[in-house]
Amino acid sequence: MNGEITAGAPGVMARAAAAGEEPSDDFRREVGGHADESGGDMCAASGKVLSVREAGHRYGDRFGCRGVSFDLWPGEVLAVVGESGSGKSTLLGLLSARLSTDEGSVRCQTSGGELTELATLSEREVRRLWRTDWGFVHQNAADGLRMHVSAGGNVGEPLMANGWRHYGQIRARAAEWLERVEIPAHRMDETPATFSGGMRQRVQIARNLVFGPRLVFMDEPTSGLDVSVQARLLDLIRSLVADLGLAVVIVTHDLAVARLISHRTLVMKDGQVIEHGLTDRVLEDPQAAYTQLLVSSILKG
Amino acid sequence: MTHSPPVLSARDVAKTFTLHLQGSLQLPVLQGVSFDVPAGRCVVLGGDSGAGKSTIMKMVYGSYLTDSGSILLAHREGLLDLATAPPRQVLAARRESMGYVSQFLRAVPRVPAIDVVAEPLLDNGASRSQAREQAGALLSRLSIPERLWELPPATFSGGEQQRVNIARGFATFTPLLLLDEPTASLDARNRGVVIEMIRERLSAGTGMLAICHDAQVRQAVADHIVDVAGFAPPREEAP
Repeated sequence: MNGEITAGAPGVMARAAAAGEEPSDDFRREVGGHADESGGDMCAASGKVLSVREAGHRYGDRFGCRGVSFDLWPGEVLAVVGESGSGKSTLLGLLSARLSTDEGSVRCQTSGGELTELATLSEREVRRLWRTDWGFVHQNAADGLRMHVSAGGNVGEPLMANGWRHYGQIRARAAEWLERVEIPAHRMDETPATFSGGMRQRVQIARNLVFGPRLVFMDEPTSGLDVSVQARLLDLIRSLVADLGLAVVIVTHDLAVARLISHRTLVMKDGQVIEHGLTDRVLEDPQAAYTQLLVSSILKG
Repeated sequence: MTHSPPVLSARDVAKTFTLHLQGSLQLPVLQGVSFDVPAGRCVVLGGDSGAGKSTIMKMVYGSYLTDSGSILLAHREGLLDLATAPPRQVLAARRESMGYVSQFLRAVPRVPAIDVVAEPLLDNGASRSQAREQAGALLSRLSIPERLWELPPATFSGGEQQRVNIARGFATFTPLLLLDEPTASLDARNRGVVIEMIRERLSAGTGMLAICHDAQVRQAVADHIVDVAGFAPPREEAP
């Protein structure tokens, strides 16, 4: 079935090789390979990518989020929706090891394929996850890009961090990814500071996918963009996620965004999960009073 | 009647909507829903509008929650209870074991018609070229001109959108096919094509659950009609 790929698929090799601190030739070759052709093979691992149980993060004596439980598998997009202050960004911080897990458990898949408790990872191991396994797309592109480095440089940088040394290969690979996110080739050497909001987000996405992560966190990636730009970006995210077999946790206040790209939706309010299920089920047949209010107030028309 | 196990079997299914925004008003819509869809048969849900036909369809597909009872689907050599299955299993069932032709196309902006149709094939592991080739064949059969294939269906006419939707639903071979007014906005010629496609699938062993007001189509394909009015909960309070 989907997501279960025989050993030797490019993604597996890349990850197995990436397990060592120094990248091997295999790693270089496979990441440098043509992603369009390997397509679905990128969804290497068949096990859970994240496994969360009763997890919470505390600010002083108050919990920012609490009692969160879910599993995330390759190829799955989980939307976390709620109003501002609902705890959804805290949850994202908790899952991505930027905030501490103060109760419960967050386990993530590490290079070997097994689930490892996030809290037990050293800083160095977490840095390696960010380099080889995880991406993070910020709401504000300036938080995720180097605004005065060229677009090509922004996309090539993660490859260098993964041991790529050959300038021509890095540039070719960056160009390929910029094309994939629909940035015209002749703008590769311009800086994101000169780009529109939609283009900046696309560069940010390329920067976060170029090294073949298995899990990508997204924090309101489309808010602040014009509606037409939003639709284009969402469609791009949707097709990339499907092609690469990525697991994604996307935080959004916009139920339309959740509907368009997520498989499952988790509704948050006051730091708690109010409702969780298939996205179309949550939106078409909301059970909780709060979800009914959200759906009736946002999805009119 | 065959003795092979049904592809879908609903038992004692009930549904009540709770409207929290209207003072937690309880709205019982269905109770005691029981029926079977045998392989190779088309079961049509009958009854007036408002009787709960679409609600049954959506509970089977998983976009409505089932309050009680069981909805057993033949899935991966076994049976999956859609009333209680976790989301991940419902998604797998949608991919592998049940197709859905809804009344309206849920258009995703910017995706060309041919890719809308090819998507379920890709999800089941077909190669891109193979999936697009099959999708093209289906679109041709449903007389969607080739010049429209690369355009997003959002701009198509109602009838064209519905045919894209039908092509998508028929793209993969699933043991169960759900049809919600599949021919509502089609002309006679295309209606004939759809009837032919339905019959082909039935003889290939697919079980179908359909909502279909069109008497001609219903006569042509229905093996059995389930009157949904029989599942109405007793009304205690007058409106």
